[in-house]
Amino acid sequence: MKEIDQLIPKLFRTEYSKLVAVLCKVFGLSNIQVAEDIVSDTFVLAAEKWKEQGLPDNQVAWLYTVAKNRARDYLRREKLRREKIEPNIKHSQETSYDLELDLSEQNIEDSQLQMLFAVANPLISEQSQIAMALRVLCGFSIDEVASALLSNREVINKRLYRAKQNLRKHKVKLELPPPKHIAERLDTVLTSLYLLFNEGYYATHSDVVIRKDLCREAMRLCILLTRNESTDLPKVSALLSLMCFHSSRFEARFDAQGDQVLYYEQDRNLWQQSLIAKGEYYLNRSSTGEQLDKFHLEAAIAYWHTEEDSHEKWENILQLYNYLLQLEYSPIAALNRTYALARADGANIAIPEALKLNLEDRHLYHTLLAQLYAEINNLDKQKLHLNLALDKAASKRDRDFIQAKLDKLS
Amino acid sequence: MQEFMMLFRHVPNPEFEASPEQIQAEIKKWKDWIGATAAQGKFVGTNQLLNEGKVIKPGNVLTDGPYAEVKEILGGYMIVKTETIEEAIEIGKGCPILDMGGHVEVRGFVQLDL
Repeated sequence: MKEIDQLIPKLFRTEYSKLVAVLCKVFGLSNIQVAEDIVSDTFVLAAEKWKEQGLPDNQVAWLYTVAKNRARDYLRREKLRREKIEPNIKHSQETSYDLELDLSEQNIEDSQLQMLFAVANPLISEQSQIAMALRVLCGFSIDEVASALLSNREVINKRLYRAKQNLRKHKVKLELPPPKHIAERLDTVLTSLYLLFNEGYYATHSDVVIRKDLCREAMRLCILLTRNESTDLPKVSALLSLMCFHSSRFEARFDAQGDQVLYYEQDRNLWQQSLIAKGEYYLNRSSTGEQLDKFHLEAAIAYWHTEEDSHEKWENILQLYNYLLQLEYSPIAALNRTYALARADGANIAIPEALKLNLEDRHLYHTLLAQLYAEINNLDKQKLHLNLALDKAASKRDRDFIQAKLDKLS
Repeated sequence: MQEFMMLFRHVPNPEFEASPEQIQAEIKKWKDWIGATAAQGKFVGTNQLLNEGKVIKPGNVLTDGPYAEVKEILGGYMIVKTETIEEAIEIGKGCPILDMGGHVEVRGFVQLDL
């Protein structure tokens, strides 16, 4: 009994999204709710039957057969009622009774890939894209989606509802974009996956298991893109490389108390070498073609961070940030660039540049300046900026961190 | 925010041959200056211009340019976005062309009403 209670959520996580994607291929994306209901019912039935009759030998095959039968029943009913769903059915009308669901690995993967493009769609808000991805591509329950996004059931349900409405309204089809649009549409897909990854990597979510799950799912979907010839573009590998490098430091970023450990104070022994190696593999794989975009630069920065300290390392990081900022400004990149400048050319050079950044409202700006003033032994300015940082910091964790630095000085 | 174009001009010295180290250092200065501008969120675009080119004159006359007639050449430009021209001038003061004896011209754009 207990075994089944544990097994069902596990199977749900891996099989739900596959079945939904394949069913949507048949029903059309506008009927995604029907597909989701059929698959959900399948799992409810599984829980009942397996407890009654014991576990089947091949549970996945059992789920597929039941989902297939339910889909067939549904189509038969709909056909009888001559509902408008009929024109959406792919293949010919005659065969819809004997619906053959193609549950081959290849078709599952293709369907999921098409679903990824449908979900990561400029027609849907970014927040909803992530919620949709977690629900229909990663097989998260509504509660899990809510928990992962630090939200609640009602909000998530609303977001999903609106997203599906949008897909229906704009008649989005489950298909890959035409080849000439792939590169452009991929940008939205990659941004969505990047957000999903960051949700796990940077979010202050207390549950490490959930956060790791989000990172892993983002990477899995990214790998899916590399496995299809038409979507396997260099920038996909670049993003995947970035994710591998970041993930390699997952454990080292927090100490035993759960406090954040700054990059240069991290225990390198905690870095996962296997992920660093994967990061390097995908970085090499990304370095073909003419296009250099921000994921390449960010992956290259992450690569250099895995190297031992040297002037060469910091000069390279500085130049990568110089370029990244030209492509896209962000306050965090501006601060990191200034830190790299200090490492490459000294705090004396970096301080005047830091003062021009116009980021006085951010506590990280002041902790950076405090660090730079410490390097030139200007204790007064160091304290001044730590106090300003304390003033600007919003979270308790950040304030504690800054206070600890101040305490050390007095 | 307004956009301004900075034009970098200098008189090339054909006698001067830079060592690889000097060239490296020069390139770094430019990259760091552009990067610093971008780090302030004020960067729009930049290009370095090749020394070789053609000049088109009325009557379909082409000459090798711009060297042939002018001593001073336009080496490149950067477009920035700032609140005031003074801010753009502040950025311009860090331009590496000044170390080469060249100068920076800061110009605003005319808004064309269509």
